[in-house]
Amino acid sequence: MVEPPAVEPLAAVSAVASAAVAASGPVVAEPVAGWRDRLRPYRAVLASRARSQLSYRTNFVLDLVSSLLSAVVELAEVWVVFHAATRLGGLEFRQMLLVFGLADLAFSLADLVFGHCDRLPTYLRAGMLDVFYLRPQPLLAQLITSEVSLRRLARASVGLVALVVGLVLCDIDWRPAAVVLLVSSLLSGVAVFAALFVAAGGLQFFLVDGREMTNAFVYGGRYAATQPASVWGRPLRLVFGFFVPMAFTGYLPALVLLGLPGPVWLPGWLGWCAPVAAVWAWSVALGCWRLGVRHYQGGGG
Amino acid sequence: MRVTVRVYWLLLAAGFRRQATYRLAALSGLVTNVTFGLLKVAVLLGAVRAAGGEVGGYDVAQMSTYIWLSQAMLGSVNFWGASEFAERIKDGQVAVDFLRPLDVQAATVTVEVGQGLFAFLPRGVPQLAIGGLVVGMTWPRSVVLVVLGVVSLLMAVVISAATVYLVATAGFWLVETRGVQLVYMVASGFLAGLFVPISLFPRWLELVAQATPCPSMLMYPVTILADRVDVAGACVLLAVQGFWLVVVGGAGQVLTRAGRRRLEIQGG
Repeated sequence: MVEPPAVEPLAAVSAVASAAVAASGPVVAEPVAGWRDRLRPYRAVLASRARSQLSYRTNFVLDLVSSLLSAVVELAEVWVVFHAATRLGGLEFRQMLLVFGLADLAFSLADLVFGHCDRLPTYLRAGMLDVFYLRPQPLLAQLITSEVSLRRLARASVGLVALVVGLVLCDIDWRPAAVVLLVSSLLSGVAVFAALFVAAGGLQFFLVDGREMTNAFVYGGRYAATQPASVWGRPLRLVFGFFVPMAFTGYLPALVLLGLPGPVWLPGWLGWCAPVAAVWAWSVALGCWRLGVRHYQGGGG
Repeated sequence: MRVTVRVYWLLLAAGFRRQATYRLAALSGLVTNVTFGLLKVAVLLGAVRAAGGEVGGYDVAQMSTYIWLSQAMLGSVNFWGASEFAERIKDGQVAVDFLRPLDVQAATVTVEVGQGLFAFLPRGVPQLAIGGLVVGMTWPRSVVLVVLGVVSLLMAVVISAATVYLVATAGFWLVETRGVQLVYMVASGFLAGLFVPISLFPRWLELVAQATPCPSMLMYPVTILADRVDVAGACVLLAVQGFWLVVVGGAGQVLTRAGRRRLEIQGG
């Protein structure tokens, strides 16, 4: 639910700026460059961000530990509820591990790469976005590749362990279709959460001071995704089942793997439709981003 | 004495007014809190029903009071661990604070409490209204308990501000306090019973939580106002809060004095 602040965003601005300027040189000089050349500036920026995080060893270790702790506490919240109630929404805790693992692993991986997108107001205030406009690369691609939070790897490891334990403890019929479902749901889940971050970024152009508003669907979404969707009432099923398709990141695919029927409005076969949810989420996200960029008038710098 | 009281009153009012300036921020916080509140309702009321109408001593109406009251308090208590004072230690402005004829700890905590009290208007009251209208809540059976509950709520805001101040004093010794803040952020909300009431915890985990000041910042006032204790029980909880306020406040005083001797302002 809570979100650690970015690693000194202003320091990141200058590091990214210098790295990108250095790296984008050849691309400008040679317009008909191959895709490898086109990716080079992004790679250079990402590598510089990774190096900068690794160079402050103590800080990085503390970041890893706190990132790990936050995921453990989130899992503990789920566990405590099941400890008190044994069964919830038709699921036992071991089945819930599957839902939590799928959703939380997808969220962590998306957060690793896209997590800084909803901190756009910081970039707007620092005038960093105006710097992006000067470079011959798409704005959104630059924003996404301007930062990578390696500490989220610790978070992802908790989701992965929960998923593996869930898969082992639950009785799953391992047909090839199950493997396809697992992989496609996980990839779609990452895409859905990534879309949430991008949508939040687009909306931040309007909100600025009200940046906390997007936490409702980004972190609220993460919280919703790690719940059994069957406990939701109809309004929540509409909002977090379909509009912000959180049920598709964990609960619905888990139902298919477990061979369980779903509740009203969320039948089990929807578990196969996670890729559709990803396409929907990205169309909304790109729409939000486009609106935001059109609204933006510059940082006044 | 009267002058001192007036100064702190002005600081409290200044904190209150400062929060009033950021209306969109308050609205955003409200939207987010309500979303989380509705999700908590789904899970926790689901758990109450799944357990046969009562879980950890909470029935449906009491659980609803717990959910909306704890959500309502989120703007007023600080589970983030970050504070302006931590920034002031880092950038050296704290030197100016030490030159003022005021106790640094008391002044900082007072402003923070003022901000917290304001936040209860745009973020707290609407959520209690939503909770009361949409889900239904229970309240204490006697006026005495309501009064004790409100006192406990105020204590919670002060204890939270004093604890965050304590976290910030780590900055006198460490250059980068982000790690300390992050650990506080991760642990405090959970141990305060923000996501699940601590009476639902397994016994050992409940004891761990009770050994920290965290439940005093949220769980105890909610316990009183959700009608879970009688007057004697409420007085015990208030005494526990008083104990933690003395511990946290005392530690803050000691560390401020030690830190002041340690403080080194970089640059000219």
